Amino acid sequence: MAPVKSASPLLPPTQDERPEHPPGIPLAIHDLTVAYQRKPVLWDVELNIPEGKLVAVVGPNGAGKSTLLKACLDLVPKTSGWAHIYGKPYRKHRRLVGYVPQRESVDWDFPVNALDVVAMGTYRKLGWFKRVGKTQRDAAMAALEEVGIAQLADRQISQLSGGQQQRVFLARALVQDADLYLMDEPFAAVDALTEEAIVALLKNLNARGKTCLVVHHDLATVSKYFDWVVLLNMRVVAAGPTEEVFTRENLQKTYGGRLSLLEDAAEALRQVRS
Amino acid sequence: MPELADIVEVLLLQNYNTRLVVVTTALLGVAAGLVGSFLLLRKRSLMGDALSHATLPGIGIAFAVMVSMGLSGRSLPGLLLGATLSGIAGLLTMLLIRNTTRLRDDVAMGFVLSVFFGTGVAVLRMVQGMPGASSAGLESFIYGKTASMVHGDFVLIASAAGIVSVASVVFLKEFLLLCFDESYAAAQGWPTRLLDVLLLALVTAVTVIGLQSVGLILVIALLITPPAAARFWTHRLSLMLVLAALIGGASGWLGASFSALAPRLPAGAVIVLVAGVLFLLSMLFAPARGVVPRWFRQRSLRRKVDRQHFLRAAFEILEGQSKAGEVRNEAFSFEDLLRKRSWSPFQLRRILGVAKREDHLEPAGPGRLRLSESGFGEGARVTRNHRLWETYLIKHADIAPSHVDRDADMVEHILGAELVSQLEADLGRRDVSVPMPASPHAIEPENAAR
Repeated sequence: MAPVKSASPLLPPTQDERPEHPPGIPLAIHDLTVAYQRKPVLWDVELNIPEGKLVAVVGPNGAGKSTLLKACLDLVPKTSGWAHIYGKPYRKHRRLVGYVPQRESVDWDFPVNALDVVAMGTYRKLGWFKRVGKTQRDAAMAALEEVGIAQLADRQISQLSGGQQQRVFLARALVQDADLYLMDEPFAAVDALTEEAIVALLKNLNARGKTCLVVHHDLATVSKYFDWVVLLNMRVVAAGPTEEVFTRENLQKTYGGRLSLLEDAAEALRQVRS
Repeated sequence: MPELADIVEVLLLQNYNTRLVVVTTALLGVAAGLVGSFLLLRKRSLMGDALSHATLPGIGIAFAVMVSMGLSGRSLPGLLLGATLSGIAGLLTMLLIRNTTRLRDDVAMGFVLSVFFGTGVAVLRMVQGMPGASSAGLESFIYGKTASMVHGDFVLIASAAGIVSVASVVFLKEFLLLCFDESYAAAQGWPTRLLDVLLLALVTAVTVIGLQSVGLILVIALLITPPAAARFWTHRLSLMLVLAALIGGASGWLGASFSALAPRLPAGAVIVLVAGVLFLLSMLFAPARGVVPRWFRQRSLRRKVDRQHFLRAAFEILEGQSKAGEVRNEAFSFEDLLRKRSWSPFQLRRILGVAKREDHLEPAGPGRLRLSESGFGEGARVTRNHRLWETYLIKHADIAPSHVDRDADMVEHILGAELVSQLEADLGRRDVSVPMPASPHAIEPENAAR
């Protein structure tokens, strides 16, 4: 008898069920260097992100956090090194990756509604010329439901609050049903309600065995939301399980010299200890 | 002045030549409206301007080449081919400057626009001296001239406009993604460079076929104005495209008709003026984003806020006057009301004037005021909403009672019936036997507080 497939996508795969994605770790980065106008932004990055973890990427402004994500997605040229998604270059495994860009990266005064934006997540599967149909709209609606703003589907996107816009971007990535999610500052300037919703979403994705790499700026919440952390300042200062890596010493190395931030770091450390 | 018969003849397209010109220009307008919409959303509108100016050298050079080959030198397809090639050269120069230097887009566009146009002017002057052919009329590409169209030109321009329009609709989804979020499109594996090139190719095509009727200086107006006008009417891309096509088509149609009636006016200028008028009307009166409807919406909200402030102030005065719990509708003085809020006597008289017209006030003698039946009921309702909202803010949003009045002020005016019942549920006041909660803070007249 064939092994019974778990009916709900919410449950992690059972032992005798093979995961749908290829073997290998979700994201492996080797010797990655990225330079803009001859000024290096990332330097010799060596990183292996294990499967099924919620990973925070933390570092000061200009540390190359966004660039790290973009380099993984082939959006910026790599000066050297490579980034592999489940053992293959990104262009071979695009469908396994969901990308949530920074909210400020687009002009929200654009003549589309929330559902239209989420439906963009289905375009690739749809292919050239084909129009968004009922299947795509239903999938987009389900994704909006998952981030808790299904009632705003028809709302023009400029009429959404910042938090709601952020959720629209998350829904657009969800609709792809990827295995690895790369999120650029999803918690930036969102209301408390949205923050809760995003955390719930991350936990949900985690429960389904997905891997999330999240650029994060709020040191105080790192240990609360994430079980893995990458401390980045041009180089990887440290990477590993939060309780091992998220230490005063490492934070000092990452934010070295930026005294105003050490206060935040100290506060965050108190949270780790407690 | 044109005779009435002439006007009728032109508008009804009775003359074959007029029909040719008007229909061609209208098709051009439709194509420009569609492609221009994407250009607008991609924030690249001025690139079209640089592109159109860059076509001029090609026109002169094509003329010279055709003449030296013993051809007439005035054949439209040949000239437009030259225009296309030099337009593309201009675009490539622009992209080259942008991708290899750290100069910004506007510098690259300004450079290409002026240098190519200057070259074009020089080339035109040189080919005018060429023996064997008359180059008269080449200047008409600068300002546009619709009258000199023949059937072959019509077929060329109409089919190009048709292809461009169809392509804009076929690539709708891809262009939408490119314009909205280029890096997401690239991450998804869409060839964004290729799509960009395709969009610019369509823009080039519209520019080139627009050269003859609108002229290279003004063709940009046909790319920018109809989409910008359409944007005032809608928040939906599909509708915006339809409207931009209609506005562009109407501009071409009417502009070409008018210029047929007044042949001494340059056609391009007339077409652009028509488009400009349509833009102005859209900007002022379009319901979705127009200036006048927005002003009316704001005024009506302001009036609503004023009315509610007045009614609540009046109701609170009555509460203060009444004994033993029950609020009765009695007369009160203008002075009391004036002290309730920080409004000037002039403002308050204006508000009272509106209230009288809305039957919220009854006459009650000099210096005295009295609410009407409906005003009293409305006052009670407004006050109740205000207090529900205040209580909610204090209980659930941790706002200090001393600040809550201001915050409640801003939101309560837009509370719908649904929100109010939700508030009641949240506050456990489903019990209608307590219709009026007491104010959660001391009520002080604002003028007195200063």
